[in-house]
Amino acid sequence: MAYSDKVIEHYEHPRNVGSLDKNDEGVGTGIVGAPACGDVMKLQIRVEGDVITDAKFKTYGCGSAIASSSLVTEWVKGMKLTDAMQIKNSQIAEELSLPPVKIHCSVLAEDAIKAAIADYQKKHGTPE
Amino acid sequence: MSIETPIYMDYAATCPVDERVVAQMLPYFTTHFGNSASRTHQFGWVAEEAVDKARERVAALINANEKEITFTSGATEANNLAIKGVAEFLEGKGNHIITCVTEHKAVIDTCKYLERHGCEVTWLGVGTDGMIDLDELERAFRPETILVSIMAANNETGVVQELAKIGALCHARKVLFHTDAVQAYGKIPLDVDAMHIDLMSISAHKIYGPKGVGALYVRRRRPRVRIAPQIHGGGHERGNRSGTLAVPLIVGFGAAAEIAAQDMAADTERILGLREHMRERLTQEIPEAIVNGTLAHHLPGTLNISFAYVEGESLLMGLKGIAVSSGSACTSASLEPSYVLRAMGLNDELAHSSLRMTIGRYTTREEVDYVVDRIRENVERLRAMSPLWEMVQEGIDLASIEWTAH
Repeated sequence: MAYSDKVIEHYEHPRNVGSLDKNDEGVGTGIVGAPACGDVMKLQIRVEGDVITDAKFKTYGCGSAIASSSLVTEWVKGMKLTDAMQIKNSQIAEELSLPPVKIHCSVLAEDAIKAAIADYQKKHGTPE
Repeated sequence: MSIETPIYMDYAATCPVDERVVAQMLPYFTTHFGNSASRTHQFGWVAEEAVDKARERVAALINANEKEITFTSGATEANNLAIKGVAEFLEGKGNHIITCVTEHKAVIDTCKYLERHGCEVTWLGVGTDGMIDLDELERAFRPETILVSIMAANNETGVVQELAKIGALCHARKVLFHTDAVQAYGKIPLDVDAMHIDLMSISAHKIYGPKGVGALYVRRRRPRVRIAPQIHGGGHERGNRSGTLAVPLIVGFGAAAEIAAQDMAADTERILGLREHMRERLTQEIPEAIVNGTLAHHLPGTLNISFAYVEGESLLMGLKGIAVSSGSACTSASLEPSYVLRAMGLNDELAHSSLRMTIGRYTTREEVDYVVDRIRENVERLRAMSPLWEMVQEGIDLASIEWTAH
Protein backbone atom coordinates (compact mmCIF):
# COMPACT_ATOMS: atom_id res chain seq x y z
CA MET A 1 0.00 0.00 0.00
CA ALA A 2 1.39 3.40 -0.90
CA TYR A 3 1.31 6.03 1.83
CA SER A 4 1.00 9.74 1.20
CA ASP A 5 4.04 11.89 1.96
CA LYS A 6 2.17 13.55 4.82
CA VAL A 7 1.32 10.23 6.45
CA ILE A 8 4.95 9.14 6.20
CA GLU A 9 6.12 12.48 7.56
CA HIS A 10 3.86 12.25 10.62
CA TYR A 11 4.71 8.57 11.11
CA GLU A 12 8.44 9.28 11.06
CA HIS A 13 8.25 12.49 13.03
CA PRO A 14 5.10 12.26 15.14
CA ARG A 15 4.18 15.50 16.94
CA ASN A 16 3.26 15.58 20.61
CA VAL A 17 3.81 11.94 21.54
CA GLY A 18 3.43 11.47 25.26
CA SER A 19 1.08 11.60 28.19
CA LEU A 20 -0.39 14.23 30.52
CA ASP A 21 -1.50 13.46 34.05
CA LYS A 22 -5.01 12.15 33.56
CA ASN A 23 -5.94 13.04 37.14
CA ASP A 24 -5.02 16.70 36.62
CA GLU A 25 -8.14 18.89 36.76
CA GLY A 26 -7.02 20.78 33.67
CA VAL A 27 -6.55 17.66 31.55
CA GLY A 28 -9.12 15.83 29.43
CA THR A 29 -8.38 12.30 28.26
CA GLY A 30 -10.00 10.41 25.41
CA ILE A 31 -9.26 6.75 24.71
CA VAL A 32 -11.02 5.33 21.67
CA GLY A 33 -10.77 2.25 19.50
CA ALA A 34 -10.11 -1.33 20.51
CA PRO A 35 -7.20 -3.73 20.30
CA ALA A 36 -9.55 -6.09 18.47
CA CYS A 37 -9.81 -3.59 15.63
CA GLY A 38 -6.06 -3.03 15.52
CA ASP A 39 -6.15 0.58 16.68
CA VAL A 40 -6.38 2.37 20.00
CA MET A 41 -5.85 6.12 20.34
CA LYS A 42 -5.25 8.01 23.55
CA LEU A 43 -5.54 11.76 23.10
CA GLN A 44 -5.10 14.22 25.94
CA ILE A 45 -5.63 17.96 26.11
CA ARG A 46 -4.70 20.57 28.68
CA VAL A 47 -7.26 23.36 28.88
CA GLU A 48 -6.85 26.84 30.28
CA GLY A 49 -9.99 28.95 30.22
CA ASP A 50 -11.68 27.72 27.06
CA VAL A 51 -8.46 27.24 25.10
CA ILE A 52 -6.50 24.03 24.53
CA THR A 53 -2.93 24.91 25.49
CA ASP A 54 -1.33 21.49 25.08
CA ALA A 55 -2.13 18.13 23.49
CA LYS A 56 -0.47 14.73 23.65
CA PHE A 57 -1.22 11.39 22.06
CA LYS A 58 -0.27 7.75 22.09
CA THR A 59 -1.56 5.46 19.38
CA TYR A 60 -1.49 1.73 18.77
CA GLY A 61 -2.39 1.32 15.15
CA CYS A 62 -1.29 1.53 11.57
CA GLY A 63 0.72 4.41 10.14
CA SER A 64 -2.42 6.26 9.08
CA ALA A 65 -3.83 6.05 12.60
CA ILE A 66 -0.58 7.39 14.05
CA ALA A 67 -0.54 10.21 11.48
CA SER A 68 -4.21 11.09 12.10
CA SER A 69 -3.70 11.44 15.83
CA SER A 70 -0.43 13.31 15.42
CA LEU A 71 -2.11 15.76 13.05
CA VAL A 72 -5.04 16.35 15.38
CA THR A 73 -2.79 17.19 18.33
CA GLU A 74 -1.06 19.71 16.12
CA TRP A 75 -4.35 21.26 15.05
CA VAL A 76 -6.04 21.55 18.44
CA LYS A 77 -3.19 23.30 20.23
CA GLY A 78 -4.28 26.91 20.73
CA MET A 79 -7.81 26.13 19.60
CA LYS A 80 -10.94 27.00 21.56
CA LEU A 81 -12.87 23.97 22.82
CA THR A 82 -15.89 24.96 20.72
CA ASP A 83 -13.73 25.05 17.60
CA ALA A 84 -12.00 21.76 18.40
CA MET A 85 -15.45 20.18 18.68
CA GLN A 86 -16.01 21.10 15.04
CA ILE A 87 -13.06 19.11 13.64
CA LYS A 88 -14.38 16.64 11.11
CA ASN A 89 -12.81 13.38 10.09
CA SER A 90 -13.12 14.43 6.46
CA GLN A 91 -10.73 17.32 7.08
CA ILE A 92 -8.18 14.92 8.56
CA ALA A 93 -8.62 12.43 5.73
CA GLU A 94 -8.23 15.18 3.16
CA GLU A 95 -5.14 16.70 4.78
CA LEU A 96 -3.45 13.28 4.92
CA SER A 97 -4.81 12.02 1.57
CA LEU A 98 -6.09 8.86 3.26
CA PRO A 99 -7.37 6.14 0.93
CA PRO A 100 -10.93 4.85 1.53
CA VAL A 101 -9.71 1.80 3.49
CA LYS A 102 -8.04 4.15 5.98
CA ILE A 103 -10.92 6.57 6.53
CA HIS A 104 -11.70 4.83 9.83
CA CYS A 105 -8.37 6.15 11.16
CA SER A 106 -9.56 9.73 10.69
CA VAL A 107 -12.93 8.86 12.26
CA LEU A 108 -11.07 7.53 15.25
CA ALA A 109 -9.03 10.74 15.56
CA GLU A 110 -12.24 12.82 15.47
CA ASP A 111 -13.74 10.55 18.12
CA ALA A 112 -10.59 10.88 20.23
CA ILE A 113 -10.62 14.67 20.38
CA LYS A 114 -14.37 14.68 21.11
CA ALA A 115 -13.84 12.13 23.89
CA ALA A 116 -11.01 14.19 25.40
CA ILE A 117 -13.15 17.33 25.41
CA ALA A 118 -16.10 15.43 26.91
CA ASP A 119 -13.83 14.11 29.66
CA TYR A 120 -12.61 17.61 30.45
CA GLN A 121 -16.15 18.99 30.49
CA LYS A 122 -17.30 16.16 32.72
CA LYS A 123 -14.59 17.04 35.23
CA HIS A 124 -15.85 20.61 35.26
CA GLY A 125 -19.55 19.88 35.14
CA THR A 126 -19.92 21.80 31.91
CA PRO A 127 -22.88 20.66 29.85
CA GLU A 128 -21.99 19.70 26.29
CA MET B 1 29.46 -2.42 7.16
CA SER B 2 27.06 -1.40 4.44
CA ILE B 3 24.22 -3.60 3.36
CA GLU B 4 22.28 -3.57 0.14
CA THR B 5 18.57 -2.86 0.35
CA PRO B 6 15.88 -3.80 -0.38
CA ILE B 7 16.28 -7.03 1.56
CA TYR B 8 13.95 -9.85 0.59
CA MET B 9 12.75 -11.95 3.50
CA ASP B 10 9.39 -13.13 2.17
CA TYR B 11 10.29 -16.43 0.51
CA ALA B 12 6.98 -17.97 1.58
CA ALA B 13 5.26 -15.52 -0.77
CA THR B 14 7.49 -16.26 -3.73
CA CYS B 15 11.14 -16.70 -4.69
CA PRO B 16 13.42 -15.32 -7.33
CA VAL B 17 13.99 -17.87 -10.08
CA ASP B 18 17.33 -19.61 -9.62
CA GLU B 19 19.63 -18.65 -12.49
CA ARG B 20 20.40 -22.31 -13.12
CA VAL B 21 16.67 -22.73 -13.68
CA VAL B 22 16.42 -19.77 -16.03
CA ALA B 23 19.30 -21.14 -18.11
CA GLN B 24 17.45 -24.40 -18.66
CA MET B 25 14.20 -22.64 -19.53
CA LEU B 26 15.45 -20.16 -22.11
CA PRO B 27 15.85 -22.48 -25.14
CA TYR B 28 12.22 -23.55 -24.76
CA PHE B 29 10.97 -20.03 -25.45
CA THR B 30 12.75 -19.69 -28.77
CA THR B 31 14.61 -22.63 -30.30
CA HIS B 32 12.48 -25.43 -28.86
CA PHE B 33 9.15 -23.62 -28.90
CA GLY B 34 7.07 -26.58 -30.05
CA ASN B 35 3.73 -27.71 -28.69
CA SER B 36 4.31 -30.85 -26.66
CA ALA B 37 1.03 -32.22 -28.04
CA SER B 38 2.25 -32.01 -31.66
CA ARG B 39 2.93 -35.63 -32.53
CA THR B 40 3.70 -35.13 -36.19
CA HIS B 41 7.03 -33.33 -36.13
CA GLN B 42 10.30 -32.79 -34.34
CA PHE B 43 9.28 -29.51 -32.69
CA GLY B 44 6.57 -31.34 -30.79
CA TRP B 45 8.77 -34.32 -29.96
CA VAL B 46 11.51 -32.13 -28.48
CA ALA B 47 9.00 -30.27 -26.34
CA GLU B 48 7.35 -33.50 -25.21
CA GLU B 49 10.70 -34.97 -24.25
CA ALA B 50 11.49 -31.89 -22.14
CA VAL B 51 8.10 -32.10 -20.43
CA ASP B 52 8.62 -35.80 -19.68
CA LYS B 53 12.00 -35.11 -18.15
CA ALA B 54 10.55 -32.32 -16.00
CA ARG B 55 7.70 -34.58 -14.95
CA GLU B 56 10.16 -37.19 -13.71
CA ARG B 57 12.09 -34.60 -11.73
CA VAL B 58 8.98 -33.11 -10.14
CA ALA B 59 7.74 -36.61 -9.23
CA ALA B 60 11.07 -37.82 -7.86
CA LEU B 61 11.05 -35.23 -5.09
CA ILE B 62 7.98 -36.85 -3.50
CA ASN B 63 8.76 -40.47 -4.42
CA ALA B 64 6.02 -40.52 -7.04
CA ASN B 65 5.81 -41.88 -10.57
CA GLU B 66 5.93 -39.35 -13.41
CA LYS B 67 2.57 -40.57 -14.66
CA GLU B 68 1.06 -39.31 -11.42
CA ILE B 69 1.91 -35.66 -12.11
CA THR B 70 -0.71 -33.39 -13.70
CA PHE B 71 0.67 -29.97 -14.55
CA THR B 72 -1.53 -26.99 -13.75
CA SER B 73 -1.23 -23.21 -13.77
CA GLY B 74 -0.26 -23.25 -10.10
CA ALA B 75 -1.24 -24.63 -6.74
CA THR B 76 -4.52 -22.74 -6.51
CA GLU B 77 -5.69 -24.57 -9.60
CA ALA B 78 -4.27 -27.83 -8.26
CA ASN B 79 -6.22 -27.40 -5.01
CA ASN B 80 -9.40 -26.64 -6.93
CA LEU B 81 -8.87 -29.62 -9.21
CA ALA B 82 -8.14 -32.00 -6.34
CA ILE B 83 -11.05 -31.07 -4.12
CA LYS B 84 -13.73 -30.34 -6.73
CA GLY B 85 -12.44 -33.19 -8.88
CA VAL B 86 -12.79 -35.75 -6.09
CA ALA B 87 -16.12 -34.35 -4.86
CA GLU B 88 -17.57 -34.54 -8.34
CA PHE B 89 -16.15 -37.95 -9.23
CA LEU B 90 -17.23 -39.52 -5.94
CA GLU B 91 -20.59 -37.81 -5.57
CA GLY B 92 -22.29 -41.20 -5.80
CA LYS B 93 -20.22 -42.47 -2.89
CA GLY B 94 -20.41 -39.62 -0.42
CA ASN B 95 -20.45 -35.89 0.07
CA HIS B 96 -18.47 -35.29 3.23
CA ILE B 97 -15.09 -33.53 3.28
CA ILE B 98 -12.84 -32.90 6.28
CA THR B 99 -10.46 -29.96 6.24
CA CYS B 100 -8.99 -27.43 8.63
CA VAL B 101 -9.64 -23.76 9.44
CA THR B 102 -6.01 -22.74 8.91
CA GLU B 103 -5.83 -23.95 5.32
CA HIS B 104 -4.87 -21.58 2.52
CA LYS B 105 -7.79 -19.69 0.97
CA ALA B 106 -7.49 -21.81 -2.15
CA VAL B 107 -8.65 -24.79 -0.08
CA ILE B 108 -11.03 -22.94 2.22
CA ASP B 109 -12.90 -21.15 -0.55
CA THR B 110 -13.06 -24.28 -2.69
CA CYS B 111 -14.60 -26.19 0.24
CA LYS B 112 -17.03 -23.33 0.90
CA TYR B 113 -18.03 -23.44 -2.75
CA LEU B 114 -18.73 -27.16 -2.43
CA GLU B 115 -20.75 -26.54 0.75
CA ARG B 116 -23.05 -24.39 -1.36
CA HIS B 117 -23.33 -27.23 -3.87
CA GLY B 118 -24.40 -30.13 -1.71
CA CYS B 119 -21.24 -31.14 0.15
CA GLU B 120 -20.86 -31.19 3.91
CA VAL B 121 -17.58 -29.97 5.29
CA THR B 122 -16.11 -30.54 8.75
CA TRP B 123 -13.74 -27.74 9.69
CA LEU B 124 -11.12 -28.99 12.15
CA GLY B 125 -9.64 -26.47 14.55
CA VAL B 126 -6.01 -26.25 15.62
CA GLY B 127 -4.33 -26.02 19.00
CA THR B 128 -2.27 -23.08 20.21
CA ASP B 129 0.68 -24.84 18.57
CA GLY B 130 -1.04 -24.72 15.17
CA MET B 131 -1.42 -28.51 14.93
CA ILE B 132 -4.66 -30.33 14.24
CA ASP B 133 -5.83 -32.83 16.83
CA LEU B 134 -5.65 -36.34 15.39
CA ASP B 135 -8.36 -37.57 17.78
CA GLU B 136 -10.65 -34.82 16.52
CA LEU B 137 -9.88 -35.92 12.97
CA GLU B 138 -10.65 -39.52 13.85
CA ARG B 139 -14.01 -38.54 15.31
CA ALA B 140 -14.86 -36.48 12.23
CA PHE B 141 -14.92 -39.44 9.82
CA ARG B 142 -18.38 -40.52 8.66
CA PRO B 143 -19.50 -43.29 6.34
CA GLU B 144 -20.00 -40.66 3.63
CA THR B 145 -16.56 -39.06 4.06
CA ILE B 146 -14.77 -39.03 0.71
CA LEU B 147 -11.83 -36.70 1.24
CA VAL B 148 -9.56 -35.25 3.91
CA SER B 149 -7.64 -32.13 2.86
CA ILE B 150 -4.98 -30.99 5.32
CA MET B 151 -2.08 -28.77 4.36
CA ALA B 152 1.46 -30.03 4.80
CA ALA B 153 2.92 -26.77 6.13
CA ASN B 154 1.15 -23.56 6.96
CA ASN B 155 2.04 -20.54 4.88
CA GLU B 156 1.79 -18.05 7.75
CA THR B 157 3.37 -19.94 10.61
CA GLY B 158 5.45 -22.68 8.96
CA VAL B 159 3.84 -25.31 11.21
CA VAL B 160 4.05 -28.80 9.64
CA GLN B 161 1.19 -31.25 10.20
CA GLU B 162 1.74 -34.93 10.99
CA LEU B 163 1.16 -36.10 7.43
CA ALA B 164 2.08 -39.76 7.90
CA LYS B 165 -0.34 -40.13 10.80
CA ILE B 166 -3.13 -38.32 8.98
CA GLY B 167 -2.47 -40.44 5.89
CA ALA B 168 -2.62 -43.65 7.93
CA LEU B 169 -5.97 -42.67 9.45
CA CYS B 170 -7.39 -41.94 6.00
CA HIS B 171 -5.90 -45.05 4.41
CA ALA B 172 -7.39 -47.29 7.10
CA ARG B 173 -10.85 -45.90 6.26
CA LYS B 174 -10.34 -45.86 2.49
CA VAL B 175 -10.82 -42.11 2.49
CA LEU B 176 -8.70 -40.09 0.07
CA PHE B 177 -6.06 -37.78 1.55
CA HIS B 178 -5.19 -34.55 -0.23
CA THR B 179 -2.49 -32.22 1.02
CA ASP B 180 -1.67 -28.69 -0.07
CA ALA B 181 2.12 -29.02 0.06
CA VAL B 182 2.99 -25.69 -1.53
CA GLN B 183 5.16 -24.53 1.38
CA ALA B 184 6.61 -27.95 2.21
CA TYR B 185 7.52 -29.26 -1.25
CA GLY B 186 11.26 -29.05 -1.77
CA LYS B 187 11.79 -27.80 1.79
CA ILE B 188 11.24 -30.96 3.84
CA PRO B 189 11.25 -34.62 2.77
CA LEU B 190 7.87 -35.76 1.45
CA ASP B 191 7.05 -39.32 0.46
CA VAL B 192 3.61 -40.00 -0.99
CA ASP B 193 3.85 -43.72 -0.23
CA ALA B 194 5.19 -43.54 3.32
CA MET B 195 2.69 -40.79 4.12
CA HIS B 196 -0.27 -42.39 2.32
CA ILE B 197 -0.90 -39.23 0.33
CA ASP B 198 -3.37 -39.63 -2.55
CA LEU B 199 -3.34 -36.11 -3.95
CA MET B 200 -0.81 -33.33 -3.47
CA SER B 201 -0.79 -29.73 -4.69
CA ILE B 202 2.58 -28.17 -5.41
CA SER B 203 3.93 -25.04 -7.01
CA ALA B 204 7.14 -24.08 -8.84
CA HIS B 205 7.63 -20.51 -7.69
CA LYS B 206 8.06 -21.44 -4.02
CA ILE B 207 11.11 -23.54 -4.93
CA TYR B 208 12.96 -20.98 -7.08
CA GLY B 209 11.08 -21.93 -10.23
CA PRO B 210 8.86 -19.72 -12.38
CA LYS B 211 5.42 -18.39 -11.47
CA GLY B 212 2.48 -19.72 -13.46
CA VAL B 213 3.08 -23.45 -13.12
CA GLY B 214 2.22 -26.00 -10.49
CA ALA B 215 1.08 -29.57 -10.35
CA LEU B 216 -1.31 -31.99 -8.79
CA TYR B 217 0.00 -35.40 -7.81
CA VAL B 218 -2.76 -37.97 -8.36
CA ARG B 219 -2.06 -41.47 -7.05
CA ARG B 220 -2.35 -44.23 -9.68
CA ARG B 221 -1.97 -47.38 -7.60
CA ARG B 222 -3.40 -48.58 -4.32
CA PRO B 223 -5.74 -46.91 -4.72
CA ARG B 224 -6.10 -45.63 -8.25
CA VAL B 225 -7.47 -42.14 -7.67
CA ARG B 226 -9.75 -40.64 -10.26
CA ILE B 227 -10.89 -37.04 -10.47
CA ALA B 228 -13.39 -35.20 -12.63
CA PRO B 229 -11.57 -32.62 -14.78
CA GLN B 230 -12.43 -28.99 -14.12
CA ILE B 231 -10.97 -27.63 -17.36
CA HIS B 232 -12.25 -29.39 -20.47
CA GLY B 233 -10.70 -29.45 -23.90
CA GLY B 234 -8.10 -31.42 -25.77
CA GLY B 235 -7.62 -34.09 -23.14
CA HIS B 236 -4.09 -33.14 -22.13
CA GLU B 237 -2.56 -34.50 -18.93
CA ARG B 238 -4.41 -37.83 -19.20
CA GLY B 239 -7.66 -35.94 -19.41
CA ASN B 240 -7.18 -34.39 -15.98
CA ARG B 241 -6.40 -30.92 -17.22
CA SER B 242 -6.80 -29.76 -20.80
CA GLY B 243 -4.79 -26.93 -22.28
CA THR B 244 -1.51 -26.62 -24.14
CA LEU B 245 1.32 -27.24 -21.73
CA ALA B 246 3.47 -24.27 -20.71
CA VAL B 247 6.64 -26.03 -21.81
CA PRO B 248 9.24 -23.44 -20.70
CA LEU B 249 7.60 -23.08 -17.29
CA ILE B 250 7.37 -26.84 -16.87
CA VAL B 251 11.04 -27.19 -17.80
CA GLY B 252 11.79 -24.59 -15.13
CA PHE B 253 9.67 -26.46 -12.59
CA GLY B 254 11.60 -29.64 -13.31
CA ALA B 255 14.95 -27.89 -13.04
CA ALA B 256 13.93 -26.28 -9.75
CA ALA B 257 12.76 -29.63 -8.37
CA GLU B 258 16.03 -31.29 -9.33
CA ILE B 259 18.07 -28.55 -7.63
CA ALA B 260 15.83 -28.76 -4.57
CA ALA B 261 16.46 -32.50 -4.37
CA GLN B 262 20.22 -32.02 -4.63
CA ASP B 263 20.49 -29.05 -2.28
CA MET B 264 17.77 -29.78 0.29
CA ALA B 265 20.06 -31.05 3.03
CA ALA B 266 22.60 -28.24 2.67
CA ASP B 267 19.95 -25.54 2.16
CA THR B 268 18.02 -26.72 5.19
CA GLU B 269 21.05 -26.71 7.45
CA ARG B 270 22.07 -23.20 6.43
CA ILE B 271 18.55 -21.73 6.41
CA LEU B 272 17.60 -23.31 9.73
CA GLY B 273 20.81 -21.91 11.24
CA LEU B 274 19.89 -18.41 10.10
CA ARG B 275 16.29 -18.81 11.24
CA GLU B 276 17.41 -19.90 14.70
CA HIS B 277 19.90 -17.05 14.89
CA MET B 278 17.11 -14.62 14.03
CA ARG B 279 14.67 -16.19 16.49
CA GLU B 280 17.18 -16.17 19.32
CA ARG B 281 18.14 -12.57 18.78
CA LEU B 282 14.57 -11.31 18.42
CA THR B 283 13.23 -13.14 21.45
CA GLN B 284 16.23 -12.33 23.64
CA GLU B 285 16.61 -8.67 22.70
CA ILE B 286 12.94 -7.69 22.55
CA PRO B 287 10.64 -8.25 25.54
CA GLU B 288 7.28 -9.87 24.81
CA ALA B 289 8.28 -11.16 21.40
CA ILE B 290 6.32 -14.37 21.05
CA VAL B 291 6.93 -17.07 18.43
CA ASN B 292 3.70 -18.26 16.82
CA GLY B 293 3.36 -21.97 16.11
CA THR B 294 5.29 -24.89 17.50
CA LEU B 295 8.92 -25.16 16.48
CA ALA B 296 8.80 -28.90 17.05
CA HIS B 297 7.01 -29.41 13.72
CA HIS B 298 8.19 -26.60 11.53
CA LEU B 299 9.62 -25.51 8.20
CA PRO B 300 13.25 -24.45 8.40
CA GLY B 301 12.90 -20.97 6.90
CA THR B 302 9.71 -19.56 8.38
CA LEU B 303 9.49 -17.41 11.49
CA ASN B 304 6.25 -15.83 12.69
CA ILE B 305 6.58 -13.59 15.73
CA SER B 306 4.16 -11.29 17.52
CA PHE B 307 5.59 -8.14 19.07
CA ALA B 308 2.94 -7.42 21.67
CA TYR B 309 1.39 -3.93 21.82
CA VAL B 310 2.81 -2.87 18.44
CA GLU B 311 0.50 -2.95 15.43
CA GLY B 312 1.94 -4.97 12.55
CA GLU B 313 1.39 -2.57 9.71
CA SER B 314 2.96 0.34 11.53
CA LEU B 315 5.94 -1.91 12.22
CA LEU B 316 6.19 -2.83 8.54
CA MET B 317 6.09 0.84 7.65
CA GLY B 318 9.15 1.44 9.80
CA LEU B 319 11.02 -1.43 8.16
CA LYS B 320 11.82 0.49 5.04
CA GLY B 321 13.70 -1.49 2.44
CA ILE B 322 12.85 -4.78 4.15
CA ALA B 323 10.35 -7.16 2.56
CA VAL B 324 8.51 -9.18 5.22
CA SER B 325 4.80 -9.71 5.73
CA SER B 326 2.33 -9.20 8.53
CA GLY B 327 -0.77 -10.88 9.88
CA SER B 328 -2.07 -7.44 10.70
CA ALA B 329 -5.57 -6.55 9.61
CA CYS B 330 -4.43 -3.35 8.04
CA THR B 331 -2.40 -5.16 5.43
CA SER B 332 -5.62 -6.54 4.01
CA ALA B 333 -8.74 -4.70 2.97
CA SER B 334 -10.86 -6.76 5.36
CA LEU B 335 -9.56 -5.15 8.58
CA GLU B 336 -9.62 -8.63 10.10
CA PRO B 337 -6.39 -9.92 11.58
CA SER B 338 -4.91 -13.21 10.41
CA TYR B 339 -7.50 -16.01 10.60
CA VAL B 340 -4.67 -18.49 11.07
CA LEU B 341 -3.36 -16.80 14.21
CA ARG B 342 -6.89 -16.24 15.52
CA ALA B 343 -7.63 -19.96 15.04
CA MET B 344 -4.56 -20.72 17.17
CA GLY B 345 -6.20 -18.76 19.98
CA LEU B 346 -4.06 -15.65 19.83
CA ASN B 347 -5.75 -12.64 21.35
CA ASP B 348 -6.45 -9.63 19.17
CA GLU B 349 -3.43 -7.62 20.24
CA LEU B 350 -1.05 -10.44 19.37
CA ALA B 351 -2.81 -11.34 16.12
CA HIS B 352 -2.56 -7.72 14.99
CA SER B 353 1.08 -7.55 16.03
CA SER B 354 2.64 -10.36 14.04
CA LEU B 355 5.39 -10.35 11.44
CA ARG B 356 6.30 -13.24 9.18
CA MET B 357 9.91 -13.48 8.08
CA THR B 358 10.84 -16.23 5.63
CA ILE B 359 14.48 -16.98 4.98
CA GLY B 360 15.59 -18.56 1.73
CA ARG B 361 18.44 -19.70 -0.45
CA TYR B 362 19.91 -16.23 -0.92
CA THR B 363 19.51 -14.81 2.60
CA THR B 364 22.76 -13.91 4.36
CA ARG B 365 23.63 -13.69 8.04
CA GLU B 366 24.37 -9.97 7.57
CA GLU B 367 20.85 -9.47 6.26
CA VAL B 368 19.38 -11.32 9.23
CA ASP B 369 21.33 -9.17 11.67
CA TYR B 370 20.36 -5.98 9.83
CA VAL B 371 16.67 -6.92 9.89
CA VAL B 372 16.79 -7.85 13.58
CA ASP B 373 18.37 -4.48 14.41
CA ARG B 374 15.72 -2.57 12.44
CA ILE B 375 12.88 -4.57 14.03
CA ARG B 376 14.22 -3.94 17.52
CA GLU B 377 14.58 -0.19 16.93
CA ASN B 378 11.11 0.10 15.50
CA VAL B 379 9.42 -1.99 18.17
CA GLU B 380 11.05 0.20 20.83
CA ARG B 381 9.99 3.38 19.04
CA LEU B 382 6.40 2.22 18.48
CA ARG B 383 6.01 0.91 22.01
CA ALA B 384 7.05 4.33 23.29
CA MET B 385 3.97 5.68 21.50
CA SER B 386 1.66 2.74 22.24
CA PRO B 387 -1.08 3.41 24.79
CA LEU B 388 -1.41 -0.36 25.29
CA TRP B 389 2.25 -0.73 26.20
CA GLU B 390 1.86 2.20 28.61
CA MET B 391 -1.17 0.61 30.28
CA VAL B 392 0.57 -2.73 30.62
CA GLN B 393 3.61 -1.03 32.17
CA GLU B 394 1.21 0.59 34.66
CA GLY B 395 -0.11 -2.85 35.54
CA ILE B 396 -3.48 -2.48 33.83
CA ASP B 397 -5.07 -5.67 32.51
CA LEU B 398 -6.13 -4.85 28.95
CA ALA B 399 -8.82 -7.51 29.05
CA SER B 400 -10.50 -5.64 31.91
CA ILE B 401 -11.15 -2.55 29.79
CA GLU B 402 -14.40 -1.96 27.96
CA TRP B 403 -13.17 -0.95 24.51
CA THR B 404 -15.27 1.03 22.10
CA ALA B 405 -15.23 -1.21 19.06
CA HIS B 406 -15.63 0.64 15.82
